[in-house]
Amino acid sequence: MLEVNGLSVAYGAIEAVKDVSFTVAEGQVVCLVGANGAGKSTTLRTVSGLLRPRRGEILFRGRPIHHLPAHKVLATGIAHCPEGRKLFATMTVEENLLLGAYLRRDHDIARDAAHVYELFPVLGQRRHQKAGLFSGGEQQMLAIGRAMMARPSLLMFDEPTMGLSPIMIQRIMDTIGVLRDQGTTILMVEQNALAALALSDHGYVIDLGRTTLSGPGRQLLADPRVREAYLG
Amino acid sequence: MATLAQQIVNGLVLGALIGLIALGYTMVYGIIKLINFAHGEVFMVGAFGAHFTSAYLLPDAMPWYAALPVLCVAAVAVSVTVAVLMERLAYRPLRDAHSLAPLITALGVSILLQEVVRVFYPGATAPLPFPRVFVDSQLTAGSLIVQWTGVLAVAVSPLLAAALHWYVERSRLGRAMRAVAEDPDTARLMGIDLNRVILATFVLGAVLAGLGAVLYGIHYGQIDTTMGFQNGIFAFTAAVLGGIGSIRGAMLGAFCIGMVKSLAGQYAWGGAQYDYVWVFVLLILVLMFRPQGFLGRLERVRA
Ligand SMILES: Nc1ncnc2c1ncn2[C@@H]1O[C@H](COP(=O)(O)OP(=O)(O)OP(=O)(O)O)[C@@H](O)[C@H]1O
Ligand SMILES: [Mg+2]
Repeated sequence: MLEVNGLSVAYGAIEAVKDVSFTVAEGQVVCLVGANGAGKSTTLRTVSGLLRPRRGEILFRGRPIHHLPAHKVLATGIAHCPEGRKLFATMTVEENLLLGAYLRRDHDIARDAAHVYELFPVLGQRRHQKAGLFSGGEQQMLAIGRAMMARPSLLMFDEPTMGLSPIMIQRIMDTIGVLRDQGTTILMVEQNALAALALSDHGYVIDLGRTTLSGPGRQLLADPRVREAYLG
Repeated sequence: MATLAQQIVNGLVLGALIGLIALGYTMVYGIIKLINFAHGEVFMVGAFGAHFTSAYLLPDAMPWYAALPVLCVAAVAVSVTVAVLMERLAYRPLRDAHSLAPLITALGVSILLQEVVRVFYPGATAPLPFPRVFVDSQLTAGSLIVQWTGVLAVAVSPLLAAALHWYVERSRLGRAMRAVAEDPDTARLMGIDLNRVILATFVLGAVLAGLGAVLYGIHYGQIDTTMGFQNGIFAFTAAVLGGIGSIRGAMLGAFCIGMVKSLAGQYAWGGAQYDYVWVFVLLILVLMFRPQGFLGRLERVRA
């Protein structure tokens, strides 16, 4: 479904991503793990069209998308739930969800919002409150809900469990599992490699801007090199 | 007493007109943090667009209620065209540049537009009379004179501001504008086309400036190429005073400035020749105690 080949991305003279390649098959959960500054977020930001690659290609359903602006990438069916949640803090829960559905012109938007409220009742109860007032876990729920509102076929999560309590981490991971079961393909970046790889069909290790290892999630979990580097 | 009432009326009218320009400053700043110094000229070219239509396109014997809407459309069309060209040709290429570059460009565009109109518009080297396309009578109470054009301006301007506020709060495009103002990258992840939303912001500001230009023309009865620069400075000051980025603030700031300028021109040291000094004194005083302006938010550092 998504194929990234020999990707290289630079911020000015700094080449943050040097040579990243991976594929995501339809219906899978795929995880990119790697240390701080490895280039994981940069990779996702390039897939979603916020950054332009210097080299390499990104194919979605066989079509190149690396030249598309971000709004066109979303229109092809790729949504991106960014690192640090990035909610619109001065807007209400409801407005955040409506922005998630910005490109949609159908009449099911209200129904999908109701579905998000069902999944996360706390959001429904506080739908008219400003997003900036919510706790970290609640904000992450809203960020996930907002990304779901675009009805993507591929949903990318950048560190969805960052700074959350163990219970909340489990809850978020369960939700991602539910999304997968409902047919959404997932590409995820996680520092919390243990929880993420356990859920993943396939994983890639990114080290200093290059994909170095890959394999089924459970196999990577067992790999001594991964255990040593990321699981302590 | 009558003089005081007269100056209050004059101040209200001036505030209403400045407010329509201030809304454009505040909207554009709110969304791309650019002080578009050429916005005063968007107002000025609107006035000349209406003047041109009246002088060269409309038949002479047209009743005012037929001519006024036509002139409004003409002014808005010219203002919007100039604002769109300005955004596409001058500001968009500098979108990612250091903020000083767009600011200096804005000053350049401002001077360019003034000079182009002055040199190429027939007779624009001197002030031109604006067509009287509204009831040309006035209300009088003793020595107090209230022109109907002033009543129109004071009635219409806050209504337009309220409509704009409602639109920004309630519509899909308004929501997109607020999203871009808050976090452009995340707005892009929502599928918002930044270029279109920014252009739409310039267009909205230009619509209000064009309407303001017609109201200005019929009230003061003449227009000139520096009207945008002079009123633009006050409008920009109004936007800062009210809290730049805030729609209600811009209107509030404009009425304060209209009032101060009008009253200071009558009563303060220096008279009408130095009335603008008091406007800036007010600005400095307010910013000393409330740097974000009346209704502005302090810029917070985002995590
Ligand atoms: N806007 C930027 N300008 C310059 N350099 C940047 C920018 N964003 C990231 N970098 C650099 O690019 C490299 C990769 O950053 P990136 O955010 O992709 O890493 P990451 O794998 O997501 O790390 P983390 O786990 O800490 O989120 C880092 O060295 C970082 O300092
Ligand atoms: Mg990151």
